[in-house]
Amino acid sequence: MTRPLLPRLLPCAALSLAALLSAPAALAQEKVLRIAMTAADIPRTLGQPDQGFEGNRFTGIPMYDALTHWDLSKADAASVLIPGLATSWAVDAKDKTKWVFKLRPGVKFHDGSELNADSVVWNVRKVLDKDAVHFDASQVGVTASRMPTLRSARKIDNLTVELTTSEPDAFLPLNLTNLFIASPAHWQKKFDAASSANPGATPADKAKAAWTAFAADASGSGPFKMARFVARERLELVPNKTYWDPKRTPKVDRVVLLPMPEANARTAAIMSGQVDWIEAPSPDAMAAIQGRGHKIYFNQQPHVWPWQLSFAEGSPWLDKRVRQAANLCVDRTGLLKLLGGMMGSPKGTVPPGHPWWGNPKFDIRYDVAAGKKLMEEAGHTPAKPLKVKVQISASGSGQMQPLPMNEFVQQSLKQCGFDVQFDVIEWNTLFTNWRKGAKDPSANGANAINVSFAAMDPFFAMVRFTSTKTFPPVSNNWGYFGNAEFDKLIADARTSFDDKARDAALAKLHARIVEEAPFVWIAHDVGPRAIAAKVKGVVQPRSWFIDLAPVTVD
Amino acid sequence: MFAYLLRRIGYALPIMAGVALVCFALVHLAPGDPLVSILPPDASADLAAQMRTLYGFDRSYPEQFAVWVWRALQGDLGTSIASGRPVTTEVMTAVGNTLRLAVLATFIGFVLGSLFGFVGGYFQRAWPDRLASTLAVLGVSVPHYWLGMVMVIIFSAILGWLPATGGGPGDKDWAWDWNHLQYMVLPAITMSVIPMGIIARTVRALVAEILAQEFIVGLRAKGLTHLGIFAHVVKNAAPTALAVMGLQLGYLLGGSILIETVFAWPGTGFLLNSAIFQRDLPLLQGTILVLAMFFVVLNLLVDMLQTLLDPRIARA
Repeated sequence: MTRPLLPRLLPCAALSLAALLSAPAALAQEKVLRIAMTAADIPRTLGQPDQGFEGNRFTGIPMYDALTHWDLSKADAASVLIPGLATSWAVDAKDKTKWVFKLRPGVKFHDGSELNADSVVWNVRKVLDKDAVHFDASQVGVTASRMPTLRSARKIDNLTVELTTSEPDAFLPLNLTNLFIASPAHWQKKFDAASSANPGATPADKAKAAWTAFAADASGSGPFKMARFVARERLELVPNKTYWDPKRTPKVDRVVLLPMPEANARTAAIMSGQVDWIEAPSPDAMAAIQGRGHKIYFNQQPHVWPWQLSFAEGSPWLDKRVRQAANLCVDRTGLLKLLGGMMGSPKGTVPPGHPWWGNPKFDIRYDVAAGKKLMEEAGHTPAKPLKVKVQISASGSGQMQPLPMNEFVQQSLKQCGFDVQFDVIEWNTLFTNWRKGAKDPSANGANAINVSFAAMDPFFAMVRFTSTKTFPPVSNNWGYFGNAEFDKLIADARTSFDDKARDAALAKLHARIVEEAPFVWIAHDVGPRAIAAKVKGVVQPRSWFIDLAPVTVD
Repeated sequence: MFAYLLRRIGYALPIMAGVALVCFALVHLAPGDPLVSILPPDASADLAAQMRTLYGFDRSYPEQFAVWVWRALQGDLGTSIASGRPVTTEVMTAVGNTLRLAVLATFIGFVLGSLFGFVGGYFQRAWPDRLASTLAVLGVSVPHYWLGMVMVIIFSAILGWLPATGGGPGDKDWAWDWNHLQYMVLPAITMSVIPMGIIARTVRALVAEILAQEFIVGLRAKGLTHLGIFAHVVKNAAPTALAVMGLQLGYLLGGSILIETVFAWPGTGFLLNSAIFQRDLPLLQGTILVLAMFFVVLNLLVDMLQTLLDPRIARA
């Protein structure tokens, strides 16, 4: 005998209704922070993120620790280096290519395994030792390039590790902020699972499968743990309640990261309440966003938007007076207006007050009279202008608004006797050309290039643009700027192992760079983000990065 | 009939081979470094060379093509340089998302397009025709990404009725409930306007042409009702309308880069956008190849369906 359908369905319906009604209540209790990133995909989650520093910001720093960290707790001071998984470090007194790092005791990865010297050695080998089973080519590029002199790691004892560099390099502790420490034990589990699933596969294929599985179920030691990962759609993070730094124990219950590359889509998402935080809102929507009660956060950011000048034979920029004149003739206040206030006016690569500032004798400012005078001395007037050609892109990551900004600068420089022409090319092509240099046919006759860059550490901020060892194709000294004086200043900085002495040496280098003006410093990005009023505790430091741990949601 | 099908499949094979070659060549002709997403421009020259070897970009183009095709024939489209995930998984997930959206958009476009087309065809030069034709022209003329943005502003930002972006509430699996469907409404409507316009214009012309034919006069003379005549018109217009719908579905399956980017819909258009910007060659090649194959197969299916509806085509 069969029972009537309705009585059988009623309990199910009642249960479903109860679940439906209780679900929103449970969700309401959970404090969720929803963030729309500019990336088109979730940055890689396996330890070494891609997508530039946005990757480090959202899948590196929250989920992983490095041996050294940036201090992201202050909005009104430069972000400086602080201990991370290493409590202290020192260079070997006799052999300056060897560094000893003391590790923080009691740190555990999200999978419960312990951090020790073996973990650090394993993480160095993942990108530097091609013979290691867990070597992963896909992580090499973004890691090795950010710590170019690191060569190997060796365990001294359970909590002490020795790192070796190819040459004495005082920048190593700064570079190590980019080496995120993943859990070897968790990876091994993934490798074993891959071996069981496909015993006939080569070790390299098993390792590849293990890394893919690790990326979908990652384990670091950071303040947030991975809770859910849907490729190209969302990454959900939950607090690591046992995080070793109580000041960075997360205050929200869940962070949801959503890739949203289109600025208008991000703007619509925050306006409709679909997310609580958007990166880089549409500049012309700032007022509307604020009109809805949301807040715009921004701060000085080590993100330089310059023209990098050519010193190749025949370049119009070989005359220092011309270079300085261009720096004096850019109306940065007007540009600031054009960008709705979302710009920093540069005084150099780093701002005054920064440990590497160095009080240069040349003051970058808007002074048309002084600029004209220098140009006249160099033999150029508005009636007899100097022709310059700049290679620029129409868009691109970190490029702010390249077309209107460059056109504004073009008009601004005209008054001082510059006749600026542009060679507008696609962003990836410009980026590739940057490496080829001003003497390469790809420059297409340009004697300046407009590629914005991060200035987080000394190598990226200064060395790669001013050393004779970084001429193309080795690195980004596109304009072939450099001489014995700069090589010595760089060598002094690289071999000053005391933090203060290193900063002092870098300050000297920076001051000389500003005085010699191998760039026209036009703007610094200020990293604007729109955040809903209910989100509290946001500290936007003077950095590319931001700490999600202290953020709360009302 | 069987011979016709075999012949059609035979035609499809060289098209597929040609598509693979063109796809590989175009992707490699584009400027930029394929390792740009994982190799910052400040990487040393040694490191760049090492990475090129590790990813096989140091091999000759014919060799790279041969390896790619051989693996593709075995169902392996390689690994995405940027994400490290298998391209086949990436593409098939995106195809699933786009298919869902494209089918709904095509359905909306087909229903509205057919409605406007029949109305226009039946009431030629009267006001219903003018209205239907205006809507059809608007459908093919209005930039759909602009329409998408306007709808987002109205229905999401101002009214707050529908989500502005995203592919769903974030559940692991898709479900056909309002919680999920609401994410499809705006992108599907935006996506449907072009097929709607094209189908409406095609159907209108067809209906007008069929109504002018002698057999319609004969049917009227026999005293058939309007509904009866309408059934004959539908039957005669259906093969062409279906062919147009099939083509539109094929186009939409390619995903609209603009619409999917505006709505952050994780489909093939969004994937292509990401692959282009990251110069992710394996992902770009794999996605284009799969979409082209879908298009070829879809055309084949439409041809077969047309043959079933009108056996004269097979005999031609």
